[in-house]
Amino acid sequence: MLDDKKPLVQVQDLKMHFPIYRGILKRQVGAVKAVDGISFDVFEGETLGLVGESGCGKSTVGRCVLRLYEVTGGSIDIDGTDIATLSGAGLRAKRPEMQMIFQDPQASLNPRMTVGSIISEPLDEHMKMSKTEKRERVGELMDAVGLARRFADRYPHEFSGGQRQRIGIARALALNPKFIVCDEPIAALDVSIQAQVVNLLEDLQEKFGLTYLFISHDLSMVRHLATRVAVMYLGRLVELGDSETLYLTPKHPYTQALLSAVPHPDPAQAGNVERIILEGDVPSPANPPPGCTFSTRCPKAQAICKQDSPEWREIGEGHFAACHFIE
Amino acid sequence: MSNAEIADDRKFRSLWGDVWVQFRSHKGAMLGMIVFGLILFGVTLGPYIWTTDPQYLDIRAKNTSTILNCFLTGEQIFQCFSDPTSIKYYDPNAEELVRVKLSWAYPLGTDQLGRDQLAQLLQGGRVSMAVGMAAMLLSLVLGTVAGVIAGYFRRLDGPLMRLTDLFLALPLLPLLLVIIMLFRDTLRGMFGPETGIFLLIVFVIGITSWMQTARIVRGDVLALKEREFILAAHSIGTPAKRVISRHILPNILSPIMVSATLGIAAAIITESALSFLGLGFPSDFPTWGRLLFDGTTYISQSPSRVIWPGLAISLTVLSVNFIGDGLRDALDPRIRGR
Repeated sequence: MLDDKKPLVQVQDLKMHFPIYRGILKRQVGAVKAVDGISFDVFEGETLGLVGESGCGKSTVGRCVLRLYEVTGGSIDIDGTDIATLSGAGLRAKRPEMQMIFQDPQASLNPRMTVGSIISEPLDEHMKMSKTEKRERVGELMDAVGLARRFADRYPHEFSGGQRQRIGIARALALNPKFIVCDEPIAALDVSIQAQVVNLLEDLQEKFGLTYLFISHDLSMVRHLATRVAVMYLGRLVELGDSETLYLTPKHPYTQALLSAVPHPDPAQAGNVERIILEGDVPSPANPPPGCTFSTRCPKAQAICKQDSPEWREIGEGHFAACHFIE
Repeated sequence: MSNAEIADDRKFRSLWGDVWVQFRSHKGAMLGMIVFGLILFGVTLGPYIWTTDPQYLDIRAKNTSTILNCFLTGEQIFQCFSDPTSIKYYDPNAEELVRVKLSWAYPLGTDQLGRDQLAQLLQGGRVSMAVGMAAMLLSLVLGTVAGVIAGYFRRLDGPLMRLTDLFLALPLLPLLLVIIMLFRDTLRGMFGPETGIFLLIVFVIGITSWMQTARIVRGDVLALKEREFILAAHSIGTPAKRVISRHILPNILSPIMVSATLGIAAAIITESALSFLGLGFPSDFPTWGRLLFDGTTYISQSPSRVIWPGLAISLTVLSVNFIGDGLRDALDPRIRGR
C-alpha cells in the first residue's frame, strides 16, 4: 500500500552528538549521543508519529530534520535535496518547504510582536509582497486556523494556549510548506484544546496536502493521528510500522512495554490488561550500554544483547524493528 | 460581546498611541518628564532670559548670598522686597551686627570672584546635560553592541567578555589622565578649545562606562537565545542580523533603558570628577560638576553654592530615572494593556 507512494523525506543514518567539554583546556571528553544512527522515510501526505519517553531524542530528531542543528553525520533528503550538507543561501532557499510547530505556544511567540507581524514574518523573509497583499495573506491564514482577523493587532499574551498554538500553526503554514515537523504541539495544552488542535492539524493536512512528522509522547493521540509510527529509545529507533499493525502487534519488547502503559479507556477492563513494568532507569546517552541500548532493562535480554547491536531490519511488510529475537 | 467591541476599538489606535497612553498613566514618569522638561528648558533657553554674563566679574558683589537667605532673617523679612542690601543680622562669632550681602541682581548669589551663580548654573547645565546624554548614548551603543554580539555569537563570547573584564580591571583615573594628556591638545587644535574638550570627555566617559551594560545585555541575550521563538525564527530562515533586530533587541529593552538612565547620572558625575581634577573643561567654563567642586571650599560660608548645582544634578538624574521606568513599562505589551 505504501510502496506506490513517494518518500518526501528520507533520513539515512542520522547522528547528532553534542560534545562535552571538561577541564581547564576545555577538551572534548565525550559526547551526548542524542541521536545515534537512525533511518526512516516519511511519505508524501502521511503522518509519521515519533514516540518515545522523555529524553530519548525525539525533539532532537525533529530539529535535525529541519537543520536547526549542525548534524554530526548522516543525510536528510527532503524532496530530493540533501539538506544535511547545505548551508547559507542554499539552506535558506529550502526553508519555505519545511516548517515547524513548537511545543510551548507561550515560548514560541515573541511577546513583543503583534500576531499579524508574527504570522507575516515568514512572508517578510521569503516573499516580496506589498503591505496589502501581506495583510490579505495573514487574514487568509488566520481564517484557515480559525482565528478572527481582528486579532491581528493583538499581542500573544492576550490569547489562551490553544489560540496561541493556532498562531504558531498559521506561521508555519505561511509559506505553503510541504513538510511540517510538529514537536509535541499538544503537550502543553489541556485535553479539550488538544482535540481542537489535532482536528485542525488533520483538516489542514487534508486541505493543503501536508506531510507531518508528529513528535509526541501521547501514544493514544499518535495512534489516532499517525499513518505510521516510529518508536525511539535512547537515540535509536527500535520499531517502525504501520500505525494499526504496530499498536495491535508490537514486536519489540520496548514497544510492548510502552504500549502496555497506555491507560485503558474502560476502567472495568483496565485491571485485566497485563502491564509490563520496566526495571531501572534510562541509561545516560553520554555513555550508552554496549550492544542493544535497551539490554539493561529488557525483560528478554540474553548474553548476545550486551555484545551485538541488533540490526535494523524489515520483519513484515513495511514493519521494521531492531531486536535479535524477532522472527 | 464586549470583548469583541474592545478589540474593534483598539484597531483604530496606533502602537505609539498605546505607548503614550500607558506612559501617561505612570505618574512618576509624567512628573519626571515635567521636571526634566523644565530643566531642559532652563538650560537651553534660560541664558536668553536671564541674560547676565556668567563670566562677568562683579568683584564688589563677591560672596553675595542667595536671596532666599533673606527670608530666614526673621522680622526684617519685609525689607527683602524693598531694600535687601540694608539687612543686618547678629553674627555670634564676631559679636556684632553684620550686613549680609543680598541682592535681587543675584538671586542665587555670587561666588568668590563675583560671578552670578544663576547664570553659571544655567550655562553649566548646558554642558553637563550635553555631556551626560552624549556619553550615555555612546556607552549604551558600545555596551549593547558588545553584549549582543558576545551573547549571540558563541565564538566571540570569550574574547569580548575578556575585553570587558580588561576594561573593568583598568584603573580608571590614571587611564583618563593619560588619554586626556595625550589627546587634549590635538583635539583642541582641531575643533577649538571647547568643542575639542567636549568630544574628548564624551569619548573618554563613553569608552570607560559601557562594561556594565555589556554584561547585563549579554546575560539577557544568552537567556533569550534559548527561547523557542528564536528557534522559530531560525526555522523560518531569518538571518542573524534580523533575528537580533526583530527578536532580541526589543526583548532586552528593559535592561538597556535602566542602563541608559543610570548612565546619564554616572556621566554627569564623572564629568564633575574630571573637572575637579583639572582634566575636564577649562576652569572658567562652568559645568554643574565644576560649580559643585568650586563650592565645596566655601561650603560653611554659603552652603547654597553647593546645594543648587547638587540639586540640579540630582533632579536631572531622578527625573531621567523615572522617565526610563515609565518608558520601559510603556514599551512592554504585557504591561501595556492593563
